Amino acid sequence: MSESASANAPKPSSSVKLVLLGEAAVGKSSLVLRFVNNDFQENKEPTIGAAFLTQKCSLPTRTIKFEIWDTAGQERFASLAPMYYRNAQAALVVYDVTKPSSLTKAKHWVAELQRQASPGIVIALVGNKLDLTNDGGDVSEAAVAAQNESESARDGDEGANEEDDVQDAVSGDARKVSTREATGYAEEEGLLFFETSAKTGTNVVDVFTAIANAIPESSLKTGRGTGAGTGQTSLARSAEDSRVNLGDRNAATAKEGCAC
Amino acid sequence: MPAAGMNTRQDPKTDGQQPVETSKQYLSRPSIPDHDERSDSSEGERPPLPPRPNTLSLLNDETGSRAALQAEATTAISRTDIETQLPEAAESAHSTLAIRGLSQGPKARASLSQLASPRGSEAGDSASIRSSIPNGDSGEIEALFMDFAATAPDSQRQEATGLLDFPEFAADDIDDDGILSEFEAVGELNEEGDNEELLLQRWKAKRKHYVILSAAGKPIWTRHGDSGLISGYVGVIQTIISFYEDKNDHLRGFSAGDTRFVVLTRGSLHLVAISRMMEGDNQLRLQLEALYMQILSTLTLPSLTHLFSVRPSTDLSRPLQGSESLLSSLADSFTRGSLSTLLSALECLKIRKQHRQAINNALLKTKASSLLYGLLVAGARLVSVIRPKKHSLHPGDLQLLFNMVFEADGVKAGGGESWIPVCLPGFNSSGYLYMYVSFLDIRDDIENSAEITKDESVAIVLISPDKEAFFEMQEMRDALVEQMERNGSLKEIKTAIDNGRPATTDIVPGTVLHHFLYKSRANVQFTMSSYAPEFSSVTRRRRLMSMYNNLHASIHAKNTHVKVHHCVSRSATSFGWVTPIFEFYCIAEPNTNRNALAQSASKVAQWVQREEERLFIIGGAVF
Repeated sequence: MSESASANAPKPSSSVKLVLLGEAAVGKSSLVLRFVNNDFQENKEPTIGAAFLTQKCSLPTRTIKFEIWDTAGQERFASLAPMYYRNAQAALVVYDVTKPSSLTKAKHWVAELQRQASPGIVIALVGNKLDLTNDGGDVSEAAVAAQNESESARDGDEGANEEDDVQDAVSGDARKVSTREATGYAEEEGLLFFETSAKTGTNVVDVFTAIANAIPESSLKTGRGTGAGTGQTSLARSAEDSRVNLGDRNAATAKEGCAC
Repeated sequence: MPAAGMNTRQDPKTDGQQPVETSKQYLSRPSIPDHDERSDSSEGERPPLPPRPNTLSLLNDETGSRAALQAEATTAISRTDIETQLPEAAESAHSTLAIRGLSQGPKARASLSQLASPRGSEAGDSASIRSSIPNGDSGEIEALFMDFAATAPDSQRQEATGLLDFPEFAADDIDDDGILSEFEAVGELNEEGDNEELLLQRWKAKRKHYVILSAAGKPIWTRHGDSGLISGYVGVIQTIISFYEDKNDHLRGFSAGDTRFVVLTRGSLHLVAISRMMEGDNQLRLQLEALYMQILSTLTLPSLTHLFSVRPSTDLSRPLQGSESLLSSLADSFTRGSLSTLLSALECLKIRKQHRQAINNALLKTKASSLLYGLLVAGARLVSVIRPKKHSLHPGDLQLLFNMVFEADGVKAGGGESWIPVCLPGFNSSGYLYMYVSFLDIRDDIENSAEITKDESVAIVLISPDKEAFFEMQEMRDALVEQMERNGSLKEIKTAIDNGRPATTDIVPGTVLHHFLYKSRANVQFTMSSYAPEFSSVTRRRRLMSMYNNLHASIHAKNTHVKVHHCVSRSATSFGWVTPIFEFYCIAEPNTNRNALAQSASKVAQWVQREEERLFIIGGAVF
């Protein structure tokens, strides 16, 4: 996707540090794996700690090199999260469209990012596992929402829910978080919003492209060629760039010497 | 409770490894016909080896720390079938089932002086090794060697008891499905719950289970089936354990039919192994110990203690969430049979000394300032390691790391570089270290990269105490790879991996040995021959492991001082030989001539000593 595009005139290239956050098992790693390797693994084992991956994304005017921190979703790793989002320019907060509690968790992450992360951070809310719903990503979401509504309207009594469940089971629609609810929340908070399927690939690249486009030109460090090394926006380095964290000051300055 | 024993041990001398003294007891080692002078010269030659002192601390034998961990004073009550914790036995972790039979009956013993005589191997029928079939407990001995008795346990066992000879494995591999089904998931309860019976049936069919529960009776982790399915059984286990606890006693194990239950209590955790694979208590206990170490590695000891001290009814499965796959892959490797657990030692990649040196130097040269340990590992075989002078590595810790990196998919499948907080309980159980992991692509054909097997994948593992050091480690990795590319080390590693382990016939042409294991006691490392061709299939390999388990158990039985153990059965001949320097175990055809066996054994031992610096990491690089 990106390699071929860079063949002609060299476009300005810049690195963007991106972090993925969200409840365990919503598909963060799968989204990254789809974006980076265009691959999908059924029943992937949980991420341990965090994984660091890079992928380029070519825009008409420039190339964005994503430095991606794919974090583990388990509670016990939560205390490490600040290390990863502290200087991130973008964040992907992921939930599972079949699991309402994961949206609640996502909202917590969004709140934490708005409170703690760099002020200019671009946040995208992503509802994953669209393949488990009826729309599968192809059908327009509004249509599905309408259909769901008409179903409940039709049954309109107490038995409606049960009936719905049965129908869901039959039709294979496991959606538990409506697009409307999530969009509403995303608009309120000023987030980018997508529903994706890492399994089928629906919307995955679109999310990253949208983020790349949404990063303000001013916050991009330009003049960094592609060959400049992967660790350019190191944890320590950028710690010193944007926010003052007393705990890390020493580490940051100590490492400054060897980080570049 | 085990806090005292969990502290970092840095004193290398506490481990019963006495490399200098060993040469004095060297007499009992059979010397080699054509090198008569060797046993003498080695006395002068061994101690001065410069890296020896480092050797000691490179890999600490775990037994010491384990003993400390287990040192709990309890009352001593022992009954026929129910083992309770004897104060002394706490350390030795002696195995009843496995050993009772073997240690009591007259055993194959050999006069070591005869074996050691230079002409011993040529002495023909002077029979330096006397083997006798134990009479009293034959039934039990048979059971030991009967791995997959599950198919028809009762009839087989009875028959065997009557016959007074050793049970046999079927000659063909009909049972491969049997062992493979051991790794299959039981499945989940459906919403109506009407498949419960089927699931329980499947669950009961498993020959090996692990159950971890809290002292309050909450299920924490089970190898097979979810806690909902088997909560009733967990309740039963809890009841049995607490029955003894109430009497201020600790239940260590019991048998039910052909099933052995072993219980390990650590703080507020009960770890239970349930096995129908004829394993000794000692082995099961080591396996439980490793599972406990994995839990510590995830949570650290203080936070584990804290969780339970604040709320004894804590549901530990929540904080452990996401690490189940690590426990499962450990359990699976025990089910397949783990030699590094059996021997409490590590295997290294066989590589020329100068090549290893070059890799060591590259590691030292590129060392990042906050690095604690730097390792290069090829499919769970250590290639090179650098460490600070005052810190040693513990085989148990490395086993956890290797399990995480190579066996569990969580790290490798991610595809990128990983940064993982991990507690190495042997190093320090009270805090986290941070581990950088990056896999190397040493294949030429990237096309087949998906097919790289576990044995072939090479990982750089860099461990730092600084949680912000990721990019520093990444930089070190880049520099290291560049160095190794330049000096050809990567190619050498690839060649070494491709060469694989040598077959027994490569070492001793025409030998009767099918497989051997050699543990260098001072180095806490082992080496072995290739599984192929005899033991390529999972089932055969599992049988091999069982044979080694039994050999190991009989040699290390408490209160026996066996030096040589020769065991004949209709399916195989096994032979174990222990000296202060090494432990040697091998398997050969049934009816193998004793002399041929002894001769081969001593030739392999000779070969290992000749190749010592290629097979083992001696000392390792320190900074």
